[in-house]
Amino acid sequence: MVHYFIGQLGHFFVVLAFVSSLVATYSYYNASKKATWETFSKYTYYIHFIAVIGILVSLFLIINRHYFEYHYAWNYSSKFLPIYYQISSFWNGQEGSFLLWMFWNVVLGLVIARTRSIWKSAVMTVMSLSQVFLTSMVLGVILFDIKIGSSPFLLLRDVVPDNIFKINPEFIPEDGSGLNPLLQNYWMVIHPPVLFLGFASTIVPFAYAIAGVWQGKYKEWVRPALPWTQFSAVTLGVGILMGAYWAYETLNFGGYWNWDPVENAIYVPWLTLVAGMHTMIAYKKNPTALKASLILISVTFILILYSTFLTRSGVLGETSVHSFTDLGLSGQLLIYLLLFFVGTIVLFAWNWKHIPSTDEEVSAYSREFWIFMGATVLCLMAFQVIIPTSIPVWNEIVGFFGGNSNLAPPVDQVGFYTQYQLWLAILLALLSGTGQFFFWRKMDPSKLMAEIKLPLVVTLIVASVIMLLSKVDEIAYLLLLVASIYSVIANTKILLRLKKTNLKLSGGSITHIGVAFMLIGILFSSGYSKILSVNYTGMIWKKDFPDEVNQNNLLLFLNEPRQMMDYSLLYKGMRKKVEGIGYVPTSMLNATQHPLKLVANQTIKTGGEIVAEKGDTLEVTNNENSYFEVVYQKASGRTFTLFPRVQMNNQMGVVYSPDINRTALADLYTHVRTFPDPEQEMEWSEVSEVTVPIGERFFINDYVATFTGVESMDQVPNVPLGEKDVAVKALIEIAGEFDNYSVEPIYVIKDQMAGRLPDISNEIAAKITIQSINPENNSFTFGLQSGQKDWIIIEAVEKPYINILWIGTLLLAIGFIVAMNRRYDEFKKMRDKGLEA
Amino acid sequence: MKKSHVFGIIVIAAAIGVIVSTAGDASSYVTFDEARALADKGNASKIHIVGTLKKDEVDQIVGIERSPDLLSFKFIMVDENENEQTVLYAQPIPQDFERSEQVVVVGAYHKDTFIAEKILLKCPSKYQENELSV
Repeated sequence: MVHYFIGQLGHFFVVLAFVSSLVATYSYYNASKKATWETFSKYTYYIHFIAVIGILVSLFLIINRHYFEYHYAWNYSSKFLPIYYQISSFWNGQEGSFLLWMFWNVVLGLVIARTRSIWKSAVMTVMSLSQVFLTSMVLGVILFDIKIGSSPFLLLRDVVPDNIFKINPEFIPEDGSGLNPLLQNYWMVIHPPVLFLGFASTIVPFAYAIAGVWQGKYKEWVRPALPWTQFSAVTLGVGILMGAYWAYETLNFGGYWNWDPVENAIYVPWLTLVAGMHTMIAYKKNPTALKASLILISVTFILILYSTFLTRSGVLGETSVHSFTDLGLSGQLLIYLLLFFVGTIVLFAWNWKHIPSTDEEVSAYSREFWIFMGATVLCLMAFQVIIPTSIPVWNEIVGFFGGNSNLAPPVDQVGFYTQYQLWLAILLALLSGTGQFFFWRKMDPSKLMAEIKLPLVVTLIVASVIMLLSKVDEIAYLLLLVASIYSVIANTKILLRLKKTNLKLSGGSITHIGVAFMLIGILFSSGYSKILSVNYTGMIWKKDFPDEVNQNNLLLFLNEPRQMMDYSLLYKGMRKKVEGIGYVPTSMLNATQHPLKLVANQTIKTGGEIVAEKGDTLEVTNNENSYFEVVYQKASGRTFTLFPRVQMNNQMGVVYSPDINRTALADLYTHVRTFPDPEQEMEWSEVSEVTVPIGERFFINDYVATFTGVESMDQVPNVPLGEKDVAVKALIEIAGEFDNYSVEPIYVIKDQMAGRLPDISNEIAAKITIQSINPENNSFTFGLQSGQKDWIIIEAVEKPYINILWIGTLLLAIGFIVAMNRRYDEFKKMRDKGLEA
Repeated sequence: MKKSHVFGIIVIAAAIGVIVSTAGDASSYVTFDEARALADKGNASKIHIVGTLKKDEVDQIVGIERSPDLLSFKFIMVDENENEQTVLYAQPIPQDFERSEQVVVVGAYHKDTFIAEKILLKCPSKYQENELSV
């Protein structure tokens, strides 16, 4: 039975949310002029809040109850999806990710609507207006032949015009097509909500800036907006890094950052946001900083909208691996983007002459100067990334005006962006190290010298030691290393001083130490990331390739050890991850009707202990996943095992994920590039015959095998036996490199006809058939065939000191939180004194 | 001249530098003929070519050849002008390769073969699916 009600309810909530956001925009606009509108606005907003929650609950119920008559549930989930992945299937689709954004926006709005700030109405006008646009994205209404929004509550039959719906409109598929395998990772459960919270929260400082200009309170908006800016910067920053960590663990490009357009599109607004946060700190003394803050905070929000447009309009096309397909929302997104963009420009232009300004020069010994420098470097970094990232947009624009542009993104995007970002990062580290000294006291040249003398000396000592120990040889890397160490030491000095006076003010120095740590971590883990699986033994097609092409992959045959740098590698076969047991060889398990249940076809032992008997039913959380067991043995004796993964998904195809061995000093990262296609039948060689008496040894593919005995059988799988029929199986033990394998070929005499059922040992790639039974000398004649041994091709990379990056991230987050706490306190004190306006 | 003006000029110069470098380092979408012309002129810059895999009359993909050590492969690609070209890639063949409906190769000519540095596959999107697999 099709569950119409829940979809209609969801759609009702969408319409209600849209209408209530329109009403709220209008009434908050009035409330900003006349306080009597306030109560009405508040209740309208509450209704809007409830409606948004209603949309989320309806959609979640559809996924959770497996109502596959709905396209969203069918397309992004399946019956056997655990609850935490049901949550992430929520944002697998574009509509769901808009819902997530809407959800955070409405929550942030609720927080503001409930504060007793004089800014409330004006800020809420902007927030509600943004909700109008966001809800319109999921409206799914056709007005005058124009489709507005894409509803997540569409029935499958309305999206997929399959013939079955003509026969039976009430048809409901048995199962959904499942969640994108790349999203089946715990980071994908928490990373998108954090990132979208960061995304959504950029509107709050923006709304304050707009409200400030609109109401003529050009300076006053900064104080309440500053803690929000910091909140936004930390959530967005942490969200981005969680995404980087997810990419590192799940994707297989071999790192955490690929300068992909989707990554760039979110990195750029983060930079401008951080730049804006810095100028906001200097607004009181310097009107130029105030203007810069207005621009940077607005630019950030516009860039957030732009990045949404980039990733969802389909304009990126083949330049990005993880952009969404166009749902026909690009026009709507463009209107959203342009309206806020033009609206902001007009509003600012109108009021620009009223905004305080100055002709005074900033002294190089003032903190404002250093803040400006830092903000400028951040903006240049942003500019350097956004211009090339927008290449597809430039092509479109040229095309729109009748031209033809065939520009493509730089081929080596990592190298391209790094060469510029690296130098700017050096400047950033130097500025963040020195600038902090100007925050706490008046400076002049002699005082500055006195302040930085000690950090400089310590830096030189520490840097020399590190340089001796590690082999940093490239000049740019060297400078970055020294600049970052300087930043750590200078900021530590300030931190130690603040410890004695006021730790509340330490946010800046902690954050800067964090950034410097991150730079050092990135320098080593990316700059000195080393491919271990380089093929030195020579490529077979070497002559065809130019010299600079490297072979970065290694072919491993099952159970054949292979040397890789100072590791000895051994591929031990394909595994399944079984609940409660761990990794079990795939060959020991048989499939059942149930997709998550497998049956042991032999006794399974781990570490000598029996964990499952033959015939036991075992469970896996996801049967699409298989793991390749690779044992690493270092010359020094350290041994570890990695299980890189492959997921075979009907829709996404074959998806590989790495496995990482983490130590304090370096990560060893391994992913499988390819393995024999399981769909492909093995090609067997010609049959060679061997006659073996019972109990004797013989060779199969160079392995010693023993014909241990014969068993008569009462039942043969798939062959019904009559009364006069006979079946026997030969028991053969094969001594492999590490384990013994048994093969049991069967010989059947049914209706006086001989039938042969061969048995295969995949481990040694052999197929054994009983050709004939020779009772005269108690021997059997076996037919032997050999095939290709199981293999995998891997890439292994070493990432030194990557942990410094993660530690830096943590420090960055802590520093931001300390700073946010301080600025919020300041705002609260002023508000409670009634001095806010 | 005021300090802020000097500062402004430096920033503008840097911004222009960014735009120039983008234009300079950007690759371009071309056909095999254009790529060969570039290579003949001694221009070794890497370019993007969009095309499909070569298929025979019965729609079977032809011309894929793996190296004996499985670590690299060759295939025949047909560009938008229907020109055929053998492309070499120093990576194992991706599992989805034969399913792809469009291939973008990034690389350059090296003598007579085209050496791909990167291959982007466009596989059938599930949004275009018009049938249920039930």
